[in-house]
Amino acid sequence: MIIGNGQEILIAGETCVADPSGALWHGGTRSIIVSDLHLEKGSSFARRGMLLPPYDTVATLMHLRRVLDHYNPQRVIALGDSFHDAQAAERLADAERKKLVDMQQDRIWVWISGNHDPAPPQGLAGETMDEIRIGALILRHEPQSGEAHGEVAGHLHPVARVVTKRGSLRRRCFVSDGSRCILPAFGAYAGGLNLRDEAFAPLFRARAPHAHVLGRDRIYSVALEQCYAD
Amino acid sequence: MRDHQLELLRHAQEGEDVLLIAPTGAGKTLAGFLPSLIELSAQKSNAPEGPGLHTLYISPLKALAVDVARNLEIPAQEMKLRLRIETRTGDTSASKRQRQRRDPPQILLTTPEQVALLLASPDSLTLFSSLRRVVLDELHALVTSKRGDMLALDLARLRAIAPAMRVTGLSATVREPDELRRWIVAPPAKSGLVIAPPGAAADLSMLDTRERLPWSGHGGTHAVREVYERIKGATTTLIFVNTRAQAEAIFQQLWRINDDNLSIALHHGSLDASQRRRVEEAMAQGKLRAVVCTSTLDLGIDWGAVDLVINMGAPKGASRLAQRIGRANHRLDEPSRALLVPSNRFEVLECVAAIEAAREGAQDTPPARTGALDVLCQHILGMACAAPFDADRLFDEVRSAAPYADLTRAIFDAALEFVATGGYALKTYDRFAKIKRNQDGLWRVANGNVAQSYRMNVGTIVESEMLKVRLVHGRPSAPRGGAAQTRFGTLYAPTKLAAASAGPAAYTGPLRRGGRVLGEIEEYFLETLAPGDTFLFGGEILALQGIVENEALVRRARSDEPKVPSYAGGKFPLSTYLADRVRHILAHRAAWKHLPQQVQDWLELQGARSRLPRAGDLLVETFPRAGRHYLVAYPFEGRLAHQTLGMLLTRRMERLGLKPQGFVANEYALAVWSLSDIGTRIEKNLVSLEDLFAQDMLGDDLEEWLQESALMKRTFRQCAVISGLIERRFPGKEKSGKQVTISTDLVYDVLRRHEPDHILLQAARDDAATGLLDLARLADMLARVRGHIIHKDLERVSPLAVPILLEIGREPVYGQAQDEILAEAAAMLVEEAGA
Repeated sequence: MIIGNGQEILIAGETCVADPSGALWHGGTRSIIVSDLHLEKGSSFARRGMLLPPYDTVATLMHLRRVLDHYNPQRVIALGDSFHDAQAAERLADAERKKLVDMQQDRIWVWISGNHDPAPPQGLAGETMDEIRIGALILRHEPQSGEAHGEVAGHLHPVARVVTKRGSLRRRCFVSDGSRCILPAFGAYAGGLNLRDEAFAPLFRARAPHAHVLGRDRIYSVALEQCYAD
Repeated sequence: MRDHQLELLRHAQEGEDVLLIAPTGAGKTLAGFLPSLIELSAQKSNAPEGPGLHTLYISPLKALAVDVARNLEIPAQEMKLRLRIETRTGDTSASKRQRQRRDPPQILLTTPEQVALLLASPDSLTLFSSLRRVVLDELHALVTSKRGDMLALDLARLRAIAPAMRVTGLSATVREPDELRRWIVAPPAKSGLVIAPPGAAADLSMLDTRERLPWSGHGGTHAVREVYERIKGATTTLIFVNTRAQAEAIFQQLWRINDDNLSIALHHGSLDASQRRRVEEAMAQGKLRAVVCTSTLDLGIDWGAVDLVINMGAPKGASRLAQRIGRANHRLDEPSRALLVPSNRFEVLECVAAIEAAREGAQDTPPARTGALDVLCQHILGMACAAPFDADRLFDEVRSAAPYADLTRAIFDAALEFVATGGYALKTYDRFAKIKRNQDGLWRVANGNVAQSYRMNVGTIVESEMLKVRLVHGRPSAPRGGAAQTRFGTLYAPTKLAAASAGPAAYTGPLRRGGRVLGEIEEYFLETLAPGDTFLFGGEILALQGIVENEALVRRARSDEPKVPSYAGGKFPLSTYLADRVRHILAHRAAWKHLPQQVQDWLELQGARSRLPRAGDLLVETFPRAGRHYLVAYPFEGRLAHQTLGMLLTRRMERLGLKPQGFVANEYALAVWSLSDIGTRIEKNLVSLEDLFAQDMLGDDLEEWLQESALMKRTFRQCAVISGLIERRFPGKEKSGKQVTISTDLVYDVLRRHEPDHILLQAARDDAATGLLDLARLADMLARVRGHIIHKDLERVSPLAVPILLEIGREPVYGQAQDEILAEAAAMLVEEAGA
């Protein structure tokens, strides 16, 4: 995946870049926004008897490391559900904890609280908040129902199923109508919800959104009509 | 009694395990039970705690177990035996199942999954200690799958619990009886063997159609009128086809011309089970004139009345065909009547090869399997659920199962580690271990939840993600009538097609639940449909309305031209044996005299315009057509191997700067098209065909491709479910939404990157080698053609190449990077914005 070859999108007048890594870059404040890391999802399943490969945290943090190396942001905003459950931060292996601490050096780090991680992560730096404003943008984990100009949220893990004569493809995507934007999940084990699901309907009543689909080396912007239900 | 029945009895009375190979109709099943009935009649039944379980009968089909149980009552009564004969299947009530453990019948008829479940329970030691006989029915079908691996492991356990137990295997004719003789006992021993005399030779012919033979396609629709005439001339006809889609299409077309209102039914694996049962019962009662079916009826209950078998499309394998033919006329002294109906010109060659093979009695059943590792993992967990085990002893026991005879201790230990903690190099799951080794050195389950989860997930059949097809209420848009009103109509007849051919009117209201479930269909097929698209299912034309949770909601469509489900080709590839014979026919003019005139003309033309390859050669043709340059190869190795070859070949051509644009594969050939003139480059020795088809493509190129291969991900998913890494999805459980379930595709990506040598990836690679990617066959082919590649650079398309070129547009085109789909969709948006 080529990081940095993003697509410029306007959200409530603010210029952002949707990166093929799944991160959103706000150049004006040198902020990078990533949503739904779901760290330690693997070990969360393991507790319940499904011994998934314990490499999801490593994979997600490596991915994040590459994004930070490219953009060198002043501020990192993790848009909620950064940890899969309340004990996930404690289960972090020492090596992973160290990677996280290294990435936090010399920059502002904001944990937006999510439904999976309502409390601040134990033993980690960074400020925990419910919402944060950046210019005209309001960043929170779960999108509010109805009109919310400037809202940037996660929670829904949008994926688009694109169908053309060549075939069909299901990929993570940003969803935006220019007024608000839903970020794709960033975590290695985070599943996806089709943007045709009814959960998205109340968010984009006024205008049909576009899906900015994560390709291998760039973003592909696709009209809603081109996206199908699963 | 017949000779082979007596002979089997003699082996059994001498205390031997024995394999009986007999054609259908030879009284095989009764023969299998004779030793049991005789022993039971001699046994005193006044033992204090009840006589206990004496005989276990295991069949691949639960319907067969039920039917055999019924038939067994007759000889038992004639011998005045007071026996309890019971079945145990997924349909057996919980209370009856419990009672069967406590107070078992003398004869229990069941399926491999039920045996695995019984063996994983703590009372298995007492339940099976009295066991004397195991009868394995349709063994030839069982041993070819992971289900067979599971059964072999369970047999090994039964032998350990009841050393006096003896096995009787019942099988149709196979290529290598010795493999089965080893399979039913602990290797390297071999069981006794009884071969019943073959029945009367089959009366076999190929339809010499009055119509023009199609160049390509698998529909066989050109011959429907002639097939209908044959149905009219017979009492009861079984019509075998290779895919569900084809079954739907043929069924629909037969009803279109069914002026005599013959009772013709449909039977395939996607239809609702209760509907299939109704068809089977109507068949048993002799109420049907014909059934259009897929391999779902390859095995099963004997239907005496069937006097004609029609095989439409490619026979695929000699043994498969022989077993289908055997479904007609189950009386040994009368010949079975069978008609082969090829659906295109290449299939004519395949049919002729199969008829020759059948007349010679040649067999091409697949070679013995190496036991699958995911099944081993499941078994290890099951054994821990039964009782704490010693690893050394379990290892020995596992190796006494034929498919696992060559298992190394290192792999066994890896499987054990996988069951315990996931077996990862990164040891972080010790505290979540499912089985633990205690001070006594024995492995035991960590807690009751583990055993519970095992019971929910046992078995080796992983359905593709299936969606229920439910008819939503709402405006029915097609009038019912005509054929649907016949006596069989409501059950078997397709809805009369509406004369109006208006397109599928989009349903605009909310999607409503309720309405009848018509059956199940693979999720990946529905992925190719958009709402409003029409398809044939259960003999009706349906329009997809949408998908809600695990159900596809459909409506009857006002449409005459459905978008037929395009399940690509058959599920089974052309056997290597038949492929050999087809190559031989092509190469030898003398063999052509058995071919229809139009096929002979076609081959003559090929000889004149290009050339006919000798049997050992690989012919590669190149020619320009409509601005593209084509390369067509004819390996005859089956669609799966050709698809894999196409993927690897286009990668290689890409690197050589040949600009391949895509390819299409069928059972016989592979066509690649590109922007640059490959033919001229080969002629000028700028590109070497030997290098292009070199075996080393199975190295790095393969590895690279596997990373993104959807087929590989599907294979991995099956291994993940069978091994117990992830839990099966159960109705009702998936309601919690997609975020909380885990996608095996994501797991595959992560595992592949971080621990490429993990045992589950090895299991998936093993499966791919023989399964969806057919790597083993591709490797053999590449070795075979080394130094035997014949290149023919042509000015235009050759007669032999026409069929494969016609499949372009009909079959999926491969080789285009997936992102191109996105690029195309994105381009449409740009166009829209620019307008």
